[in-house]
Amino acid sequence: MSDVILSTKGLSKSFDGLRANHDINFALHRHEVHALIGPNGAGKTTFVSMLIGRLRPTSGVITFEGRDVTRLGAQARVQAGMAYTFQITSVFAKLSCHENVALAARRLGGDVEAEVASALSRVGLGARAGEIAGDLSYGHQRLLEIAMGLAQRPALLILDEPTQGLAESEIAGFKALIRGLATETTILLIEHNMSVVMELADRITVLNFGEVLAQGTPQEIHQSAEVQSAYLGTGGDDAEH
Amino acid sequence: MRGKTWGAVVALHLGLVAVLFALNFVLPVYHQGVLARVMVLAVYAIGYNIAFGYTGLLSLGHAMFFGAGLYGAGLMGLHFGMSALPAWLVGTGAGALLALVVGALALRTAGVSFMIVTLMFAQAVYLTILYFGDITHGDDGFVVPGVSRTLAGIDLSQQHPRYLVGWVLFSAALLFSLWLVRAPFGRVLVAIRENEERARLLGYDTGRRKLGALVISGAISAASGAAYGLLFGYVGASFAGVQYSIFALLWVLLGGAGTVLGPFVGTLFMFYLIDLATGVTDAYMLIAGVVLVGLTLFAPQGIVGEVRRRLWRDLP
Repeated sequence: MSDVILSTKGLSKSFDGLRANHDINFALHRHEVHALIGPNGAGKTTFVSMLIGRLRPTSGVITFEGRDVTRLGAQARVQAGMAYTFQITSVFAKLSCHENVALAARRLGGDVEAEVASALSRVGLGARAGEIAGDLSYGHQRLLEIAMGLAQRPALLILDEPTQGLAESEIAGFKALIRGLATETTILLIEHNMSVVMELADRITVLNFGEVLAQGTPQEIHQSAEVQSAYLGTGGDDAEH
Repeated sequence: MRGKTWGAVVALHLGLVAVLFALNFVLPVYHQGVLARVMVLAVYAIGYNIAFGYTGLLSLGHAMFFGAGLYGAGLMGLHFGMSALPAWLVGTGAGALLALVVGALALRTAGVSFMIVTLMFAQAVYLTILYFGDITHGDDGFVVPGVSRTLAGIDLSQQHPRYLVGWVLFSAALLFSLWLVRAPFGRVLVAIRENEERARLLGYDTGRRKLGALVISGAISAASGAAYGLLFGYVGASFAGVQYSIFALLWVLLGGAGTVLGPFVGTLFMFYLIDLATGVTDAYMLIAGVVLVGLTLFAPQGIVGEVRRRLWRDLP
């Protein structure tokens, strides 16, 4: 089994001539927590939408578990072992928390009840299984999304801004959860909260204007002048951007 | 859902089935006839509810499936003298096949476009029936010959056999639909109705499942149409017209879309509403209209939907 679970080569996406992503070469190693960061509009969501199959790339190749998945639809990629949690909460609002997670678990067969109970309790929603998902607070709906991701037992879990809208106390719980998960799955984390990124990520990729700006350990990224300039708008020629 | 509530749900549905069986022996002839008709047409509504209520596919053309069953069975009797059971099977199969073909094309669209496309297909089927008038007897329709209204030597045009055959078909459709919506396949249909993109990203092939739901829905609608022709003896193009598509939608909405009992309750309610209103005035549609507006205002989820919201949250 190769150490690289997912990679992209020359991945690009244009919308009517606007280059949202350009020539992205990216490799994700098994059992790492990899964070994808970048300023607003840097093309992070475009990039992961291509990874999961919600958007077709203009050019380039995506390889998952040694297999070219560029032409596969989203559901086929999920069946192959990817899971994705939405940036904008997208639970089944009228169904119970239990049913939301059960829908995720049932496709795999096995002991659905045990799987649901375990996924809900890992995110701290064990006591709310019977509640209607739409009645939960926003933060709890985010956690429910993650539980739906867990219940699929994915080889790769893509979390799109999972801590957005969470309270500080919930973020602490989230960090602990991800640390526990890192041993069993690979995690790609799109995240704005830098404390979460710096604490959790093994490696970081920085996107800017749709291209890879830098890649490295949190330490390296933290010290990179380029990244500082992109984020803070200081030190570079393009300070006025 | 706790085991206990599920037990109560099953008891409720089996209870309705038992009561309807018993009514055969106590109802006056008139009401027995009405109820037989309501049960057979409620099967049509049950079929419609699987597409609309559970999967969220708002079709405006389900009369084509009802009509496929009606004509599939009736023409077998008229031209080949086929007996009731094989004729019914041909009619049901015709509806399933039509749903497969129409679904494969119409499901490339969604929402309003899907409504329009199903409406157009249904109109095409309706006009086809009129066009081939020498086979279908066009606008006039035809009376189903006696040989096709016989099941194992029993004359289905007699009131008791007719009621009981309608009851068997209704009970089977009701219990099937109760089973379906609790089965994993049915749960995914609800997930598609609630949020198709999310269901797809849980790894479900939503396109195939919608097609499956439409074929089941079309087959049940056709089973109702075929039985209607064989039991009540008349086959005519008006049953494949647009108003019959609207009826299914209306009955399901009144009874409660996405509830197992709703289609029956809605069909029964509509029949007796018109029946009672006709007794009061010639302008019976006026009374029916006012009641419908009232229901839409005060029970927008339909009668059974309102019961579920207020009293019994776990009612499927």
